Amino acid sequence: MSRTRHVGLPRWVFIPALLAVVFVALPVASLATRINWADFGSLITSDAAMSALGLSIRTSAASTLLCLLFGVPLAVVLARSEFRGLGLLRSVVLLPLVLPPVVGGIALLATFGRQGLLGEHLEAFGLRIAFTSIAVVLAQTFVSLPFLVVSLEGALRTAGEKYDVVAASLGAAPTTVLRRVTLPLVLPGLASGAVLAFARSLGEFGATITFAGSLEGTTRTLPLLIYNLRVTDADAAVAMSLLLVVVAVVVIGLVRPRVAS
Amino acid sequence: MRRLLTLLLLLPLTACGDDAGSRDGEKETLTVFAAASLTKTFEELEKQYEDDHPDVDVKLSFAGSSDLVAQITEGAEADVFASADNKYMDKLVDADLAAGDPAEFATNTLIIAVPPGNPAGVKTLADLTKKDLQLVVCAPEVPCGSAAVTVAESAGLTLKPVSEEQSVSDVLAKVEAGEADAGLVYVTDVKGAGDKVEGVAFPEAASVVNHYPLVAVEGSDNADLAQEWIDLVLSTEGQQVFADAGFGPPSS
Repeated sequence: MSRTRHVGLPRWVFIPALLAVVFVALPVASLATRINWADFGSLITSDAAMSALGLSIRTSAASTLLCLLFGVPLAVVLARSEFRGLGLLRSVVLLPLVLPPVVGGIALLATFGRQGLLGEHLEAFGLRIAFTSIAVVLAQTFVSLPFLVVSLEGALRTAGEKYDVVAASLGAAPTTVLRRVTLPLVLPGLASGAVLAFARSLGEFGATITFAGSLEGTTRTLPLLIYNLRVTDADAAVAMSLLLVVVAVVVIGLVRPRVAS
Repeated sequence: MRRLLTLLLLLPLTACGDDAGSRDGEKETLTVFAAASLTKTFEELEKQYEDDHPDVDVKLSFAGSSDLVAQITEGAEADVFASADNKYMDKLVDADLAAGDPAEFATNTLIIAVPPGNPAGVKTLADLTKKDLQLVVCAPEVPCGSAAVTVAESAGLTLKPVSEEQSVSDVLAKVEAGEADAGLVYVTDVKGAGDKVEGVAFPEAASVVNHYPLVAVEGSDNADLAQEWIDLVLSTEGQQVFADAGFGPPSS
């Protein structure tokens, strides 16, 4: 990455920029002032905490995988094809970004719940989704899919179609072009989209509690455990919150440097 | 351009100013923090109170008792606190935020809520331990959850819920939606839900009675108004409102 600045920045932009950083960082840093450091270790290694963290990581990984499986083709369609209703399609895909997560949860219930549109039929096959870890994964996928799609679509549009056209003119089939040219070119965008989706899944709360319920080891992810603990055991809730922040920072930090290079 | 920028920067500030300004209105405000299970009854009492005090605007804030205590200890301005459980009232007392002794004004007991028609055929408390029955209860940390655990223990049963919710209204919502076959809630919740759920009463419920105390909050600017609210709750007409909603009479 080149660090040369071609155009100087006006000095004043640093003031609001700094305020913005402080606005986000200060509340998170303030968490540390509420921590009971003496018990911190035992609080974050309790059975309930470990079980919630493990469940959060497993379900977030599963939902990120689903986002990749379905989101990558969707982003390619949005960026590289033209048909009537494309704009409408894009708005639909972006909906979970603006919907309150609780609304997402109610919508998922209406679809996959026992009396839901699909859930009713799945129930007949003996497949029950409500109150299972699958419900958690579905809730997380619902809210995080747009993060992947938006990042990837943006990257695809920025990369342009020059190399795709060249590859195709040299005789490569569409699948080969996609696999060997298009996707490798947007790998950083794809990686950052996947990280965003994972991080969003890790923090998912509203849709999960509405749709999946809350049971240790099955549906009680870290955010749900924090919500449970926040009034009954404030020390534990704060410790768990810091744990979640650390995990999120590690996840984002691990991939960001590679994206930038 | 610069003028526009200044305007945009000031906009949020003026919005805050308006908010603070509304307190200077002519009406006095009485803020009542009450457990979520009291929603319907307290809303009814609000009407009576405001009829008796035309110059007072009653503001009701409903949430879990545990949430409300946390909010008050964090500095939320409440004049009266009504809890669904002595445990959370004790927290307020321990924090030196109760003005005087809390007074008990109602009791509540558990009942099994089932979807209309009772598709899983729940008849007794023991039926809740049936395999494949989707049971939802409150988490043990909240009053309705600790009551559920105590009731089950005293009956020698171990409940295996598919979900432990944070509030009784979340349990009720999952039964109403037909997601759960049964849920443990309060008698008043089933009564308040109308046709959306049915109640299955069980004799063991008598072993766990929830007590509802209320108290004026220390440091309130409206101590007199707060006391009048408490008097209304404890009055004969106030007590009738609770009886109509399915609450039991205070035990002390």
